[in-house]
Amino acid sequence: MMNIDQRPCESQRGGFSFENSRRNAMLEENLSKLGYSAPKARKTGTTIAGIMYKDGVILGADTRATDDMVVADKNCMKIHYIAPNIYCCGAGVAADAEITTQMMASNVELHSLSTGRPPMVVTVTRQLKQLLFRYQGHIGSSLIVGGVDATGTHLYSIYPHGSTDKLPYLTMGAALHSVFSLSLSTDRSGAAAAMSVFEDRYKPNMELKEAKTLVRDAIAAGIFCDLGSGSNVDLCVITKAGVEYLRGYDQPAQKGRKQGEYKYKPGTTAVLTKTVTPLSLDLVEEAVHLMDTK
Amino acid sequence: MNTRGLRSQLKDSVPVAGLCTQAGSYGVQDPLRKGFSSVKNELLPSHPLELSEKNFHLNQDKMNFSTLRNIQGLHAPLKLQMEYRATRQIQRLPFLQSSNIALDTLRGNDESIGFEDVLNDPAQSEVMGDPHMMMEYKLGLL
Repeated sequence: MMNIDQRPCESQRGGFSFENSRRNAMLEENLSKLGYSAPKARKTGTTIAGIMYKDGVILGADTRATDDMVVADKNCMKIHYIAPNIYCCGAGVAADAEITTQMMASNVELHSLSTGRPPMVVTVTRQLKQLLFRYQGHIGSSLIVGGVDATGTHLYSIYPHGSTDKLPYLTMGAALHSVFSLSLSTDRSGAAAAMSVFEDRYKPNMELKEAKTLVRDAIAAGIFCDLGSGSNVDLCVITKAGVEYLRGYDQPAQKGRKQGEYKYKPGTTAVLTKTVTPLSLDLVEEAVHLMDTK
Repeated sequence: MNTRGLRSQLKDSVPVAGLCTQAGSYGVQDPLRKGFSSVKNELLPSHPLELSEKNFHLNQDKMNFSTLRNIQGLHAPLKLQMEYRATRQIQRLPFLQSSNIALDTLRGNDESIGFEDVLNDPAQSEVMGDPHMMMEYKLGLL
């Protein structure tokens, strides 16, 4: 679509187009006067977590995507591929996280082809950081990047405005931008619940089984204590040897089974009266059109 | 010095004013697409990122060139800018999309993917500028 803000004689540029922002601002203002609200972007109000254990890094995430107060996707994938040895969990606006990680995967591949070396986790983190800072938080995605590269095991978290943290265990959730009438107790969705589990039971250099259980418990805490997180737990175990993507590792919140049959038998409700009114219709015109099926 | 067509080469300056002039494609007000005219709309950006995105590459270049000048001396940015100017002139006619291979290679855009490659790619745009008008602008006849 041609950018109408540029003069017709100038050549066009790609990238974001701000043509409609004035119109959108005016629409929002007018809609709120009438009591409606503009549609909100689908967020993964989420619990994501990552820990470093003895042989590598484990990333975990829940699988619910919400659309304001309705579950939009019961089983979405929040652990995205970046490189064969680097994976990234994304929280926040679902589309932003998805597109950002896809672009990063492409960039990292091009970069590693150009340098001739396997990619490093710091490269991904730095590029993500610079991209998110450039857009000043308008790209609403919080990410946890983890991987094993030539220099060792690394785990970073990146906030929507571009700040990063490097820690042995991390949790993230979607940051709330607007104030809902139902107030949630934490600013960052299920992150606090998961972090409390980590703070209690994390030990450096854990074994694989123990670490997997810890991450699963942290995500389950987020699933149970936060409305924006739910459904299953996905895990991704990254070691020097390779990656094990465990989709649907655990399903803590399964739907209960009904105890009995709750349908009513026909004839339960007694019929008191019955009136039949025939509608007399006259045939006015009859026309037959043959369809050409050659 | 022949100053014809100089304006079209002054690509180093991106005007700040004239953010969203009410004038549409034909020079008159376009209330259907731009809404009712107001001075505020013309002077203030419609989105906090609008200005910074418009000038992003320019600012980055300025920063890089000034750092380069401080480290290596004046010759380094001069040579690079000369090369940029030379490669920027390798173009098709203005209304046709040029591949800009040399310019992209110099800038390093051939090894990265950004939003300008994914969104609103000018090569995929559905409308084309008026060939006569664009040629006249380029030659300075407009």
